[in-house]
Amino acid sequence: MKDRTMTAKSMTGASILWECLEREGVQVVFGYPGGAILPAYDALKGSKIHHILVRHEQGATHMADGFARASGQVGVAIATSGPGATNMVTGIATAMLDSSPIVCITGQVGSKLIGSDAFQETDITGVTLPITKHNYLVTHASEVARTVREAFYVARSGRPGPVLIDITKDAQQTTCEFDWEAARPQLPGYRPDLSPEQSEYDEALELIRNSKRPVILAGHGIIISGAMSEVREFAEKAGIPVALTLLGIGAFPAAHPLNLGMMGMHGEAWVNHTIQEADLLLAFGMRFDDRVTGNLKTYAANAKKIHIEIDPAEINKNVKVDVPLVGDLREVLHQLLPHVESIDRSEWLDSIDKLKGDAAVRDIQNLPDSGHLYAAHVINDLWRETRDADTVVVTDVGQHQMWEAQYYKHEKARSLITSGGLGTMGFALPAAIGAKVARPEAEVWVIVGDGGFQMTLCELATIVQEKLKVNIAIINNGFLGMVRQWQEFFYERNYAATPLLNPDFEKLGEAYGIRSMTVTERSQVVPAVRAARQHDGPVLINFRVEQEDTVYPMVAAGASLHEMIRRPSKIVETAEDE
Amino acid sequence: MLNTYVVYVENKPGVLTRVASLFRRRAFNIDSLTVGRTEKPEVSRMTITAEADHDQARRIEANLYKLVNVLLVENITNQPAIVRDLAMIKVAATHEARSHVLELASVFRARVVDVAPDSLTIEITGAEDKIDGLLEVLRPYGVLEMVRTGIVAMRRGKGSVPVPVASSSDHDAAEEDVSHSV
Repeated sequence: MKDRTMTAKSMTGASILWECLEREGVQVVFGYPGGAILPAYDALKGSKIHHILVRHEQGATHMADGFARASGQVGVAIATSGPGATNMVTGIATAMLDSSPIVCITGQVGSKLIGSDAFQETDITGVTLPITKHNYLVTHASEVARTVREAFYVARSGRPGPVLIDITKDAQQTTCEFDWEAARPQLPGYRPDLSPEQSEYDEALELIRNSKRPVILAGHGIIISGAMSEVREFAEKAGIPVALTLLGIGAFPAAHPLNLGMMGMHGEAWVNHTIQEADLLLAFGMRFDDRVTGNLKTYAANAKKIHIEIDPAEINKNVKVDVPLVGDLREVLHQLLPHVESIDRSEWLDSIDKLKGDAAVRDIQNLPDSGHLYAAHVINDLWRETRDADTVVVTDVGQHQMWEAQYYKHEKARSLITSGGLGTMGFALPAAIGAKVARPEAEVWVIVGDGGFQMTLCELATIVQEKLKVNIAIINNGFLGMVRQWQEFFYERNYAATPLLNPDFEKLGEAYGIRSMTVTERSQVVPAVRAARQHDGPVLINFRVEQEDTVYPMVAAGASLHEMIRRPSKIVETAEDE
Repeated sequence: MLNTYVVYVENKPGVLTRVASLFRRRAFNIDSLTVGRTEKPEVSRMTITAEADHDQARRIEANLYKLVNVLLVENITNQPAIVRDLAMIKVAATHEARSHVLELASVFRARVVDVAPDSLTIEITGAEDKIDGLLEVLRPYGVLEMVRTGIVAMRRGKGSVPVPVASSSDHDAAEEDVSHSV
């Protein structure tokens, strides 16, 4: 009690907010001011926190998300009430589905006005209830400190996720005693630290021991848990190959001989065949998303399944598993590792090599130059040029995202940032800003389609205003490419609403004061990438690629994982179609 | 099968919405939900019944625990428990029928709580099937109005699971510098 009186001092809710953010380690917030959050902005001048002015609140949430994914720390976005808050919804849902720890702070109308349909009033805690891990409405200055502390703790612990704090204008304006120590989180119902039973460990080890054809399914949870070296040790010790989910890319080095590559809808054929032929799946921090499993009835039908997962609600949700190990992946692997036996599985690994079959021959990289510029070429050349640097690639959603996953080889965790679960177009550019702010020393590349780029291109101004060295590669095919691909395969090439009339992206970039160029031939790709890397400021490259190109292989929605549409073995077919 | 959950939640605004929203979002069907106070002022108690197979029932429980305000969940479906529903039934009771209705009410140990010239209002507490039974026999007389509370349930015997509650001293989880997500 003595300490409390010693440390307490009288502050406004707004000042307490910034003070608590600082104490949580926040150095940068992404935001956009407005009426109901103005008291907080007014108090910003007394804070060491750097505020980055975005051009749209959706951008602020994606930046916070990109920041979180690049650094592993909580990202913070701030906006006003009403439209400011609702503009955040897409970014919050994106963070929710990809378990990204962000805290979103919104202003709210005065507490006396709540429920009166006041100007710019929205029930944002009601709106975001199903897309946040937790949210708060704060109506008194005295609640600010505890709420911020709880929000950060909830956002980053267990399975991370977005937390929203809605603070009424009067709660920001009024004054109360601030006491950080006394404002400890009180979360009696929140228990993120679970661990498996010994019997479950024993069952898992028994299954691993008896398996002849095991595969590790490596997911985002590895990166979140920081279990990269444990997974590698596990795979090497037990001689088990590793397939990656989209968000698992980087969790296991691409160049590692046990790395099979990405699984699922656009996974390589041999990866999916390996999963279908396996007798044991070891799911590490992944959730058997439908893009990964295809038809559940035929999914890995002969395999036993071990699921290591921090969220108990994921167990048996999509795929029935034999042994669930609920807990933090890194800790669970620490328990398992000493007991994992070294078993020679060369027969299984050799048979996987055979499954690769003619895949290499079908690979677009190995086909003769047809004079066309393919996105895969651009991305693969970009990889060759940047592979030795500390590079973070941030993608948008669609064909270019899948080509990135296939043709950019990631050796390190957090070197690919992409919207997986929600598939949010417009994610890349703002998320890359967040990534660059989190890791200024890293080389950040945006790979984005011409469709998604135009959803959030207003943030080009944020890049310029903040003097951020971000390189932007627009994969411009004049189509909403992935939708067009589905129309090609499943809707008899009825290209309804997928062709895009685009502005001149080079001129657009120049208008923002960003050095910009256009590339139309493969021979120009490497020089353009080199010029971009050498340039001091941000660079935009408009890659005008083949218009009707297709991501292969493809598992149609609802089809079995081994039923893939493969790239025709002669690539010229694609060109001759025109 | 019909599962019965006893859910202890923090007594805070919006918690009922969070629980109800969870069932809607995950496409679980609530059969009945009641909420009320408990012996602890900071804790509210819900009794929820929902149709679910074994796996679904477990996932409902796991999802409830994901709500930060949920303190404790007990699935008491297969445990000895006292389960009670309360109903008020307004039944048409003309002069001739009145004595029959009163007789039925007394057989079911129900109480008459209001009498009007042409109707009687009967209050009955019990397991759901007992109330269903009374309703069945009253229906021929004409049920004018009926309301049921939905069930509340409590496990039999002395044993009760301690419900975690907030206090300034015992919050160790948040105090430890947990090394996740880095």
